[in-house]
Amino acid sequence: MSAAADRPAVPGDAPLLELRGIGKDFGSVIALDGISTSVRAGQVTCVLGDNGAGKSTLIKVLSGVHRPTRGQLLLDGEPVDFDAPRGALDAGIATVYQDLAMIPLMSIWRNFFLGSEPTTGWGPFRRFDRATAKDVTRRELAAMGIDIRDADQPVGTLSGGERQSVAIARAVHFGARVLILDEPTSALGVKQAAVVLRYIAQARDQGLGVVFITHNPHHAHPVGDRFLLLNRGRSLGDFAKAEVTREQLTDMMAGGDELSRLAEELGRPGAP
Amino acid sequence: MANWLDVASVLGIMAVAVALLMIGGHFDLSAGVMTGTTALTVAVVAVELQQNIWVAIAAALVLALGIGAFNGWLVTRTGLPSFIITLGTFLMLQGLNLGLTKAFTGTVQVRGLADAPGYHSAELVLASTVEVFGQPFRIAVLWWLLVTALAAWVLLRTRFGNWVFATGGDEVASRNVGVPARRTTIVLFMTTATAAWLVGSITAVRLTSVQANTGTGQELIYIVAAVIGGCLLTGGYGSAVGAALGALIFGMTQQGIVYLNWDADWFYFFLGAMLLLAVLTNRLVRRYAEAAPR
Repeated sequence: MSAAADRPAVPGDAPLLELRGIGKDFGSVIALDGISTSVRAGQVTCVLGDNGAGKSTLIKVLSGVHRPTRGQLLLDGEPVDFDAPRGALDAGIATVYQDLAMIPLMSIWRNFFLGSEPTTGWGPFRRFDRATAKDVTRRELAAMGIDIRDADQPVGTLSGGERQSVAIARAVHFGARVLILDEPTSALGVKQAAVVLRYIAQARDQGLGVVFITHNPHHAHPVGDRFLLLNRGRSLGDFAKAEVTREQLTDMMAGGDELSRLAEELGRPGAP
Repeated sequence: MANWLDVASVLGIMAVAVALLMIGGHFDLSAGVMTGTTALTVAVVAVELQQNIWVAIAAALVLALGIGAFNGWLVTRTGLPSFIITLGTFLMLQGLNLGLTKAFTGTVQVRGLADAPGYHSAELVLASTVEVFGQPFRIAVLWWLLVTALAAWVLLRTRFGNWVFATGGDEVASRNVGVPARRTTIVLFMTTATAAWLVGSITAVRLTSVQANTGTGQELIYIVAAVIGGCLLTGGYGSAVGAALGALIFGMTQQGIVYLNWDADWFYFFLGAMLLLAVLTNRLVRRYAEAAPR
């Protein structure tokens, strides 16, 4: 990550994506409040938080599912306002959801181009260009270093890590500039998680801005350049990598006080 | 041979359309009674309103598309199971078929289609008999082959086909990547309605009189044929050619029992057994595809 300085800066040095005081209410419930951070090209911004911290709501704001109630979203320094996921996609913000990325019974190449199928022919004979689709799928996966035995196999036969990797390769192919990854490592074992982290680093090295959402500081710290900590919809801080250690992250995540109180509570009752 | 092909053809046209809808994740219980609704519309408009039979057929198409769009719109709008929604339209259409037929004719059938203007050209297209290798074939067999080929091509070779698999496989996921899932569902319901219109028109022109209860009870047979052909009840998997083969098996069993001089009552036993066998096989396929090494 020391290579960060070598990477080209965005013109005018505005971050790719910037959040300024983002807040979201659902009726009288404040789901998010005062969230600020930035995502730069070729860097990974990690969003850390426990269950119910507001991570999902934040993803939905970034990917255009929800409109923020307060605050501003800036893309290349310009304020933007998405009213549908399509808007965010068209602006180059791609979201890879944890479980919802792929259709298990469909082949890899069909999944890869789902919703953006290349066509050939004209008029009533316009059809799905299957040869191109298979070809591009194979090439893009190879470029990411993903070794797929057969692009025709159903996605359901892939492991969880491979599925995430295909989804990431797909987002990169369709011109994503910002890649939002929703808990890509949470359901995976140690080895599989390492594979996905490597693809995250690869996407970053290709110049994408990555938003990596996780509740695991051990996954976040090695790959992250910036860390946003959430708790109950509020920001506990937005740190650059130099400002925080893995231990501090873990501590803040777990809520150090809460943990020591828990330890006390769970301890055996003292001798009478 | 011509005989069981004839049984299979009319059933097959519907089974193929129902298979597309099932792959897209939905059922249409109104598909059977809709063949009656369209047949009755053709007959009533041609005989009672004394229009050219082609006008009557066109009117039936407009009606069918309307019903299909209504089914699809209601299902996508409410998010309720299509099973319940189309059960509702099924019962409503059943009532309308009886009520309106009685209101127009005073009986429970419409007859006299053979005297309608344009009948001969309609008969040529929808109900003639062609001789191939010395064997007489109903032209419905040709329609069945055409519908199957078209459906297979759309399903496997077009964008729309990809969207059908995706919508049936996981609707939320497909919408997240930009598949117009609602539009796909509505078009699929309109497709089964169009198939029902084709079958209804063939039935009306062939028989020249239409009973008010035509098609009622057939909807489950279509689903059975599609499942025997490999469609998953849960959507996302299946094939058009498979559904056509399912209809073929159905036709062969039905006629085979007659030829073997067995009691025709046994037919439903075999149908049920085939259905169970097909569902168990499908389950294996799904397991293979979804039991992923994690």
